[in-house]
Amino acid sequence: MYLDLLLSALGQGVIYAPMALGVFVAFRILNTPDLTIDGSFVFGMTVCAAVTVAGHPIPAIFAGVLAGSAAGLMTGALQTVFGVNPILSGILTLTGLYTVNYMVLGGQSNLYLQSWEPNAAGALVPVGSQTIYKMMATVMGKSQSAALLLSLLITFLAAAILIVFFKTRPGMAVRATGDNEEMVRSSSINADAARIGGIMIANALVALSGAILCQQQRYADLGSGSGMLVVGLASVIIGQALFRQSSVTLGIISAVAGSIIYRLILQVAYQIDMPSHMVKLLSALIVTIALILPQAKDKLAIMRLRHGGERSQSR
Amino acid sequence: MSVQLSIQHLSKCFEPNTPNRRVALDDLSLDVERGEFITILGSNGAGKSTLFNAILGKFLPDKGRIILDGDDITYWKDYKRAAHIGCLYQNPQWGTAPNMTIEENLALAYTRHASKSFFAVNRRDSAYFRELLATLGLGLENRMKTPMGMLSGGQRQAASLLMATIAKPKLLLLDEHTAALDPVTSRQVLKITAQIIAQNNLTALMITHDLHQAVSFGNRTIMLDAGRLVLDIGADERAGMTPRRLADLFAAKAKHLLSDRSLLSV
Ligand SMILES: Nc1ncnc2c1ncn2[C@@H]1O[C@H](COP(=O)(O)OP(=O)(O)OP(=O)(O)O)[C@@H](O)[C@H]1O
Ligand SMILES: [Mg+2]
Repeated sequence: MYLDLLLSALGQGVIYAPMALGVFVAFRILNTPDLTIDGSFVFGMTVCAAVTVAGHPIPAIFAGVLAGSAAGLMTGALQTVFGVNPILSGILTLTGLYTVNYMVLGGQSNLYLQSWEPNAAGALVPVGSQTIYKMMATVMGKSQSAALLLSLLITFLAAAILIVFFKTRPGMAVRATGDNEEMVRSSSINADAARIGGIMIANALVALSGAILCQQQRYADLGSGSGMLVVGLASVIIGQALFRQSSVTLGIISAVAGSIIYRLILQVAYQIDMPSHMVKLLSALIVTIALILPQAKDKLAIMRLRHGGERSQSR
Repeated sequence: MSVQLSIQHLSKCFEPNTPNRRVALDDLSLDVERGEFITILGSNGAGKSTLFNAILGKFLPDKGRIILDGDDITYWKDYKRAAHIGCLYQNPQWGTAPNMTIEENLALAYTRHASKSFFAVNRRDSAYFRELLATLGLGLENRMKTPMGMLSGGQRQAASLLMATIAKPKLLLLDEHTAALDPVTSRQVLKITAQIIAQNNLTALMITHDLHQAVSFGNRTIMLDAGRLVLDIGADERAGMTPRRLADLFAAKAKHLLSDRSLLSV
């Protein structure tokens, strides 16, 4: 039973890990809050769903990722070319995406990955669309471990590509832009291009999570993106707390680990009968506590110092 | 000798048509020969930094032309000019990326000349960076994997200097780059500056408020006041120049007195 719990957390964690990586790129590497994330998660999901239903499960994943990077391009262009405040840029794209996602799903708010086909008697019956998870299960036999393995593989690939990318020149330009944009501007690198590229990568990763989740659960839902940003932040923060990393590579690894641990925390919470609507409050709490903690520590230290000072004076 | 940088009738007025109207550059012209190292004096608000910002393309001038090595760069985008111009500011934090290592910072600055390699940091370039860092005499060659943010202000400024010059720029702009350092470190960084400029035969402009520095470094000294060039002292004239005489000359030329900071250092 504990093994089940662990495996289930692992399975969920690796599906959401690319999303956590996207949040890591936006918030930690680029140092810029990006609110597009909730929207690009759903965008990846809806585009993937539409292409999957049309019968192309593997291109569907890539289409979802491309959709996410397009959303990133929009936010990035607003921020740099048009000088719109980063938070507002994200909100504008996010809001616009809601309509786009609705249209991609064919004017409805959810879509099952199935098509209607005539059976022997000539009646139309729903037939589940082919997904990468089904394909993997056919190859491996066991569907549960196949699903886990496939998600693991995808996350591993995404993380590896990201790690390598940040060691190349374009990757370093993105990192430097987040670290000291003024410096990049006074070097010969196009800081705007680096920033747009970084935002596109972040949202492509987020959309990847949306895409694989959609194929794994076999339906797409417009509401599934809300609160994603906070979940991603929680994962990044948990990972950071555990690894205390300084390098980008360790940061990427710890974001993946954070995503898995976050799901483990949720599983444990469910075990002690936490109702599912508490999930968002829990993630918000984790992030809030993580944000408050360092300052609370400082305040406490100052209070102790003061306290000690008074005592020595009174002596 | 040929002209490396030519500033022609450059004017810039900030907030025109308002009560805050300020003429920062007033029909300023200046020719800089290749390999020349000019020190620039002028009181606060004289337009020294504005001149640099115009050369760097931070804003478009109202009037005038900027020619660098034969190219009219007046309307070039800032990052495009940056490929040819190195610059350093007073604040050591401005020139470097604090969370990236010394090695990565240098690799970034070296981008245009780097060896072809998949990863930005490669062995051949790193060996070259190590050599360069060793010439600073600060022991930084053994700390190449240290994040830039962990260095002291002076170390960081010395490293920034390497970054600004590693791509062999056509022009080096130094805006009071040692003003935030303690006197000993400041002297050390200045020594390194002169050394790098001489070794690479760079064309450089250095803003300073220190009259000693102004006459002891470089081979020509100019003074700005109210956006105009009020004094231009070439090599011959500078030979017998003392900081005191320089201050007198300036007071005679300029409407204002030298800034307090400069007077203090006489
Ligand atoms: N971006 C700007 N917007 C408005 N006014 C500006 C701007 N930059 C400079 N100025 C004004 O232009 C004038 C010249 O400023 P500048 O910074 O060039 O002086 P400076 O010679 O570098 O002085 P300091 O020795 O104090 O550094 C000042 O009156 C300043 O207020
Ligand atoms: Mg200035």
